[in-house]
Amino acid sequence: MARGIRDKVAILGMGCAKFGERWDKDADSLMLEAYEEAIADAGIETSQIDAAWLGAAFDAVNIGPSGIPLAMALRLNDIGVTKVENYCASGTESFRGAVYAVASGAADIALAMGVEKLKDTGYGGLPVRTRGTTHDMIGVTGSAPGNFAQLASAYRARHGVGADDLKRAMAHVSVKSHANGAKNPKAHLRNTITEEQALNAPMIAAPLGLFDCCGVSDGAACAIVTTPEIAKSLGKTDIVTVKALQLATSNGWELQGSGWNGAYFHTTRIAAAKAYQEAGITDPRNQISLTEVHDCFSITELVTMEDLHISREGEAWRDVLDGMFDADGKIPCQIDGGLKCFGHPIGASGLRMIYENYLQLLGRAGDRQRAEQPVFALSHNLGGMPNQNVSSIAIVGMMGA
Amino acid sequence: MSGAGIHGFGAYVPVTRLQRSAIHAFNGWFAGGLKGLAKAEKAVSGWDEDPITMAVEAARDLYADGARNADAVTLASTTHVFADRANAGVVKEALNLADTVMTMDAGGSQRCGTSSLIAALDAAAAGRTTLHLAAERTTPKPASEREMTAGDAAAAILVGPGPGLARLIAHHSVAMDFVDHFREAGEGSDYDWEARWVRDEGFAKIAVPALKAALAKAGLDGGRVARLIVPVAVRGIPELLAKSAAIAPEAIADTLGTVIGHAGAAQPTLMLAHALETAKAGDILCLVGFGQGCDILLFEATGAGARPRLGVSGWLARRRESHNYGQYLFHRDLLSLEKGMRAEHDSKTALTALWRNRKAVMALVGGRCTRTGTIQFPKTDVSVNPNDHAIRTQEDYPLADVPARILTYTADALTFSPDPPSCYGNIEFEGGGRMMSEFTDIAPDALEVGTDLRMMFRIKSFDELRGFRRYFWKAAPAH
Repeated sequence: MARGIRDKVAILGMGCAKFGERWDKDADSLMLEAYEEAIADAGIETSQIDAAWLGAAFDAVNIGPSGIPLAMALRLNDIGVTKVENYCASGTESFRGAVYAVASGAADIALAMGVEKLKDTGYGGLPVRTRGTTHDMIGVTGSAPGNFAQLASAYRARHGVGADDLKRAMAHVSVKSHANGAKNPKAHLRNTITEEQALNAPMIAAPLGLFDCCGVSDGAACAIVTTPEIAKSLGKTDIVTVKALQLATSNGWELQGSGWNGAYFHTTRIAAAKAYQEAGITDPRNQISLTEVHDCFSITELVTMEDLHISREGEAWRDVLDGMFDADGKIPCQIDGGLKCFGHPIGASGLRMIYENYLQLLGRAGDRQRAEQPVFALSHNLGGMPNQNVSSIAIVGMMGA
Repeated sequence: MSGAGIHGFGAYVPVTRLQRSAIHAFNGWFAGGLKGLAKAEKAVSGWDEDPITMAVEAARDLYADGARNADAVTLASTTHVFADRANAGVVKEALNLADTVMTMDAGGSQRCGTSSLIAALDAAAAGRTTLHLAAERTTPKPASEREMTAGDAAAAILVGPGPGLARLIAHHSVAMDFVDHFREAGEGSDYDWEARWVRDEGFAKIAVPALKAALAKAGLDGGRVARLIVPVAVRGIPELLAKSAAIAPEAIADTLGTVIGHAGAAQPTLMLAHALETAKAGDILCLVGFGQGCDILLFEATGAGARPRLGVSGWLARRRESHNYGQYLFHRDLLSLEKGMRAEHDSKTALTALWRNRKAVMALVGGRCTRTGTIQFPKTDVSVNPNDHAIRTQEDYPLADVPARILTYTADALTFSPDPPSCYGNIEFEGGGRMMSEFTDIAPDALEVGTDLRMMFRIKSFDELRGFRRYFWKAAPAH
């Protein structure tokens, strides 16, 4: 295995716009909002940024297909700006570009921005879009809930879990995220809900009800990264470093091959194992302090707990119901409200997760700060659908951890 | 030369049976006179069916598990999907027949079903085997008599040299521009003249003499006819023909009017397929086709030959009762509903991509790695087998007739579907191969992991902007 990037790159500053229905903002204003916080946190000038990456998933309804909107929004100093897209994993993808640039020595300071302006479509949920001329003839363009709901049918069949038990565990996931989001001033949804509400909500894609689904939001999130040495030279003392950054992309085995049972993410298992090795983590259930996972749907979060090797296969639903992932549990998950309540501006989400983990590590998360000092904070950003996806894992921690 | 005969037959009847009482419950205030017809049920095809997809099913029913032999494919219909694109050619692709097959569409009259059958029999005398298909999906005006009497169905007859399961004795035709009803090209519904005139001047003076002439040509007495097949929805007409030709009333074939309805130009073929199910050796079958003239065909059953997979009776047993007249209207474009913004998704088909992928799209042909035996859909340059990503080793592997089962599923109420919720999931073929597939002809609450499936050729989506439709295969419950 490659040597990896553990502790080679430090986060100099981060920022995040308020997520939500930002009717009054264009994408460039959202990017600026995130950037102003990040650049102030980093304590540098715009002219010190050597390169930038921009993550956006729905460029067709959003910013168009290039890095130019970021360069223009921030008036970057004629540096290289690359737009990246990898479905809903685009935010972590932009982070990966910036981190790799610094790790390689090609850049001293690099910027990652994720943005999505989704509330100009005229309807709720993700825009319907093509997946290419050939796919459109032989594939199924269902909705995101429809694609992810299938996890539940397969999970029940594979593990013999009753429909009611699984639905209740899924409800617990969402009730928990709403409770967390209520404490987060930047969250899109700040209302608490009850288990009854979640269980009795209108069906979107069986068995996913309204509260099993995250909405979509407008928003942006930003990271400025550099080497630990430069961070120190700039006066930083509490330095958060990248411990692991891994990406796994489906090659069609799940969709077209044989062996996948439909109840888990093959890619997440691969990416998680590589990330733990890169970070030097051997016992994730006891070493990971908190997680921000891609809870686009309650069932996604639930099975991801298994794919991250935190819950045993077929038992995540029990861990969920036991409160293991609640804010006061052993490994809080979505302590900021997650995609479910912080919101899901697609291209920004991966960076928003890292932003939260960064704040938690530095004790800057306010009302929602985890009681015990976290050591390793993991984020998991997934794009696509269960049978064809991009799964990314970023683990951050304090320098030396 | 032993002449021509029928070597196989098959049918297709859509699963949904709309109750005529539901039609009348809605329209009765306006068309109270149709109360007498508001009985029993009619077969209505789904939003994703048309004469092409129904004909494909009828052909598959005919061939069952046997070899798909045919030198030609003809499709008769007065509701052809395409005015300029061979409809029978689409069927040929879906059936994965050889490119050397000749295809031809027949249309223009209720009689086109029997006329194309006669042409096929003539070709058989010259040594050619024809897959004769007929299918109809009409859009009668709401609150019309035709709406009550019409039904959707398709049927298939394999015609070839030799007697097969029913040898042709004789056929006879007359052509006269007797306009009992009409529909100009592009129009959705028919305009009908008075039924009493059609009976007295049409059936009595055109069909009756034709029937007598055919019997005379064959040297047969009417009493020899074991089954008189008169595909006419008007009560009393079959009886009129039987009586005038001295055919026993018991010989009159069931018009299938109470269980399917009248499937237009497909009705003669459909009723013939139905009659062949029970025909005994020596039975004389007399088939009538009426429309701007008359065709009469006389066959003698041999008791031999292949049986269909289900046949008319089998399809009739595969039935789901519906009282949802609104859904029927919407699925026939007779009722405009707000579809929402998600329906605005552009379904433009790249004809270039369709052509180069035609085996995969139209015939569900996947790939099989000649080195490892790995089966996959679609066929790709590099094998999906994680242990051997062999390059360019795949041969064609047709999956359309391979049984499958549900691996994952959902009933999606968010994505646009003309028949929500949209049901789809990952499926696994027996022997290998997987795909994500839409489910059709299934009730959302019937979805279970492991449910047995059978693939069916259906409409995938409509491109309303350009007037095109996309076909692909969907998974339906196997039982």
